Amino acid sequence: MSAIAINPVYRVVRFYEAPIGKKAIMALTGVVLFGYVVAHLVGNLQIYGDPQQINKYAALLHNPATSGLLWGARIALLLAVVMHIVASIQLWKLKNDARPVAYVKKDDAAATYASRTMMWSGPIVAAFVIFHVLHLTVGAVVPLQEIAPNEPNVRANVIAGFSNPAISAFYILAIALLCIHLYHGLWSMFQSLGFSHPRYTPKLKKGAAIFAILIAIGNCSIPVAVMVGLVK
Amino acid sequence: MKIILHIWRQRNCKDKGKMTRYEVPNVNQEMSFLEMLDVLNEDLILKNEEPVAFDHDCREGICGTCGCMVNGMAHGPLPGTTLCQLHMRHFKEGDELYLEPWRAAAFPVVKDLVVDRSAFDRIIAAGGYISVATGSAPDGNAVLVPKENAECSMDAAACIGCGACVAMCPNASAALFTGAKIAHLGLLPQGQPERDQRAIAMVAQARQELFGSCTNIGECEAVCPKEIKLEVIARMNGDFIRASLTGR
Repeated sequence: MSAIAINPVYRVVRFYEAPIGKKAIMALTGVVLFGYVVAHLVGNLQIYGDPQQINKYAALLHNPATSGLLWGARIALLLAVVMHIVASIQLWKLKNDARPVAYVKKDDAAATYASRTMMWSGPIVAAFVIFHVLHLTVGAVVPLQEIAPNEPNVRANVIAGFSNPAISAFYILAIALLCIHLYHGLWSMFQSLGFSHPRYTPKLKKGAAIFAILIAIGNCSIPVAVMVGLVK
Repeated sequence: MKIILHIWRQRNCKDKGKMTRYEVPNVNQEMSFLEMLDVLNEDLILKNEEPVAFDHDCREGICGTCGCMVNGMAHGPLPGTTLCQLHMRHFKEGDELYLEPWRAAAFPVVKDLVVDRSAFDRIIAAGGYISVATGSAPDGNAVLVPKENAECSMDAAACIGCGACVAMCPNASAALFTGAKIAHLGLLPQGQPERDQRAIAMVAQARQELFGSCTNIGECEAVCPKEIKLEVIARMNGDFIRASLTGR
C-alpha cells in the first residue's frame, strides 16, 4: 500500500462492507457468545452442588456493590448478539441477491447439516434466549421467588420452571440447535479469521464437535434431572 | 444406452427459459459428456430444431470453458473432473439427467447452458497480477522460493476459472476462485509488493459483482475440478483482515 493516508472512518466502512469483514465480526462476536455459553453452563452446573451453592453464586453475581460489572457484561453481550445478528442478516440478504434464480435440481456435495441450517438454528436459539431471559431473569413468564432483595432463589425457580414439560421441551430443543450451531461456528470462526492448516483444521472440526456435544449434555442434564427428581 | 435429458433452454438473456425433455437413444459409454451433447445437437439440427448451446473449448479438462450442473452437481457426479472429461461410462441405461447453467446474479445466462463469466475477469483485473520489470530476462533462480510455497502456490494456480465453485455454493460466493488467485500470487516472493492491495481490491470487486459471502460450507472444494482446497479462502480472509488492520 502507498503511504497515502486513508480516512479511518472509510477504512472501517471498507472493512465492514466486504463480506469477509462481516464474517470476521461474526467470528469475533461468536467467540464472546461462546465464552458466555461456557461460563453460563459452569454457573448452572452448581445446581448439582450443595442446595445453597447456586443461590450463593447468584447472590454473588447480583451483589449491588458490583452491579456495574454485571451491567457491563450484559451490555457487552447484548452488543455482541446484535452485531452477530445484524451481520448475519446482511450476509443472508447478500446470499439471496447473489442467486436470484434457484436451481430446478440441486444436490449437496459436502455440506454438513449444521452448515446448511445456521440460518434456522440461529433465530430459534435467539427466540429461546429471549424467552429464557423473560422466564428466569425478568420473571415475566412465572413469578420468580427471592430469598431477599438481590438474592434470587435460583434453585427454586429452576425447579419450578423445568417441572413444566413444555418449558423443558423448548429448552432441550433450543440446546440441541445451539449444539448444532456451535459445531459449525466453532471451527468456522478459525477459517473466517484466516486460520486453516491441513494438520490442525481436521482436529479443530473434531474438537468443535466434542465441545458442542459436551455443552449440550451439560445443559440438557439440568431439565432432565429436575423432571426425574434428581434435583429437588 | 438411452439417456433422458432435461435441459434448460433459454433463447437469450431476456428470455424466461424453461426445462425441456430430450431423449438420446444411442449413447456410447466411451463418449464424453460433451460428445453426448454433440450427438443430441446433430439430431436436433436434422429435425430442424435449435441445437443446445453449451460452452466448450479444449475438451481436455484444462481450459475452464465447459461446465454445467448435472443433477444439481457442478461438472456432474465425478469429483475432480470437468464436464468434458466426464465420460458416459459413469451413467447407466435410462438415467435422467437435469442440465442447468451456473446460477448466479454475477453469471447472467447468455443462452441455454452458456453463462457470461466476465465478472471473474474483472476480479482478476482488480488485483490478480504482479508488477515486473520489463527488459532483459532475469537470471534463473535469482529469486529463491521456498519449496513448500512453490507447491502450495502451484496448487492454487491450478484454478482454471470455470465457475463451478460459484455455481455449487449455496451463497453463490466466488471465495474459492478469488482465494485461489490471492493465494497463488501471495505465496510467491514476486507477489509480495501488491499483496495487501491485491487482497483488498479483489475482495471488493467480488462484492461489487454481487457474489455472495463464504459460510465455510465446502461445496466449492467438493466440486472443484482442480481440487483446490478451502485453505485458500482462509488465506484470503487472513490477507484481507491483515491488510485492513495494518494498512497505513
